[in-house]
Amino acid sequence: MPSLKALRTRINSVKSTQKITSAMKMVAASKLRRAQQQAEAARPYAERMERMLRALAASVAGSPTAPPLLVGTGSDKVHLVIAVTADRGLAGAFNSQIGRAARGLVRRLEAEGKTVKILAVGRKGRDYLRRELSSRIVGEISYAGKRRLEFSDAQEIGVQVAAMLAAGEIDVATLVYNRFQSVISQVVTEQQIIPAPPPPEGESADLGGAIYEFEPDEETILSKLLPQALAIQMYRALLESAAGEHGARMTAMDNATRNAGDMIKRLSQNYNRARQANITKELIEIISGAEAV
Amino acid sequence: MAVSLEIVSPEKLLLSRPVDMVVIPAAEGDMGVLEGHTPMIVTLRGGTIDLYEGDRITERLFVDGGFAEVTPERCTVLANKAIPLAEVNKADAERRLAEAEAAYEAADKRDTAIEDAALDVVQSARAMVEAAG
Repeated sequence: MPSLKALRTRINSVKSTQKITSAMKMVAASKLRRAQQQAEAARPYAERMERMLRALAASVAGSPTAPPLLVGTGSDKVHLVIAVTADRGLAGAFNSQIGRAARGLVRRLEAEGKTVKILAVGRKGRDYLRRELSSRIVGEISYAGKRRLEFSDAQEIGVQVAAMLAAGEIDVATLVYNRFQSVISQVVTEQQIIPAPPPPEGESADLGGAIYEFEPDEETILSKLLPQALAIQMYRALLESAAGEHGARMTAMDNATRNAGDMIKRLSQNYNRARQANITKELIEIISGAEAV
Repeated sequence: MAVSLEIVSPEKLLLSRPVDMVVIPAAEGDMGVLEGHTPMIVTLRGGTIDLYEGDRITERLFVDGGFAEVTPERCTVLANKAIPLAEVNKADAERRLAEAEAAYEAADKRDTAIEDAALDVVQSARAMVEAAG
């Protein structure tokens, strides 16, 4: 039986932990709201970009000079895996599930005889992947200390990836990130970004049959539009991941707060029982002392 | 009798309203867009977008390049940045021009794609200085 004093300190320490976790939960909730708004605001651009890209892609389809960002390099020997995680932990399985998915993907590709390179976005993912796959990591990016993700951050990654493709260092690129589904569920998503995935069937009809004129020619526009589209995909993934991170942290901290509550309840019960036992013991001592006289 | 104009940046929808005419700085010369324009997809250079009501300019914005999609009913501008002309700061613009020129000097001249990209940035910065002046 621990002493009364030990129990008291224990209860106090659990209480302060509970305060921290519940504060973190509230912070995560407000950050989540902001991240969701930001993701919402990014949608119109992405949608319109996609519409333009579809019109362009349809008109250069089959052309032998189509840019590699759209159709790939014609080979699929070297894969780039871009793993997007958070910079901070305490978010439940958020980071490790990306780590696991990325590792699975790397193993699968290597089993097929492909060469794999990894670009780790976010500190936690980098730490996780470095343990086993450090030889494949070709780059790492972290936004620790940044208050708000900006489009230029995503653009930097896009430029880096496009440069690797242009230099012939990679053939295919896949993005692995947590897609925000709801506060309690983030879905690990693998998305191929190079070569650009073909548009879903039957959706190209919504152009209303319009035939666009291009100025300057299609390929010049494409060569400018594609890097931008790549950056947009990165930006969306980063925003989804940010929203997911806060959602995951909110759930994790909610659980932690509840667990701390349960623990306090159990400890207080023990404490009260011990106190009662002490009082009874003292009473017995006094009474038996009095009887002995 | 109006085109619905949308100006979108990656971070948000900046403007969405019908105008009588809009003049956009297309890569190969300014382009006036009225209702019923041929469908077009164009790239933009850095320059100003003028919004017309009747024959009066009601709003002017600076864009640093981007793309535009024109259809008979609407005109969609995708820009990295669009700022009302009144808010363009000359000092900022000049700093940007200096940076762009330095980047152009440093750029690899053997690769025409890189050189062109750097030149586009310089042109856009120069247009921004002019817009501010």
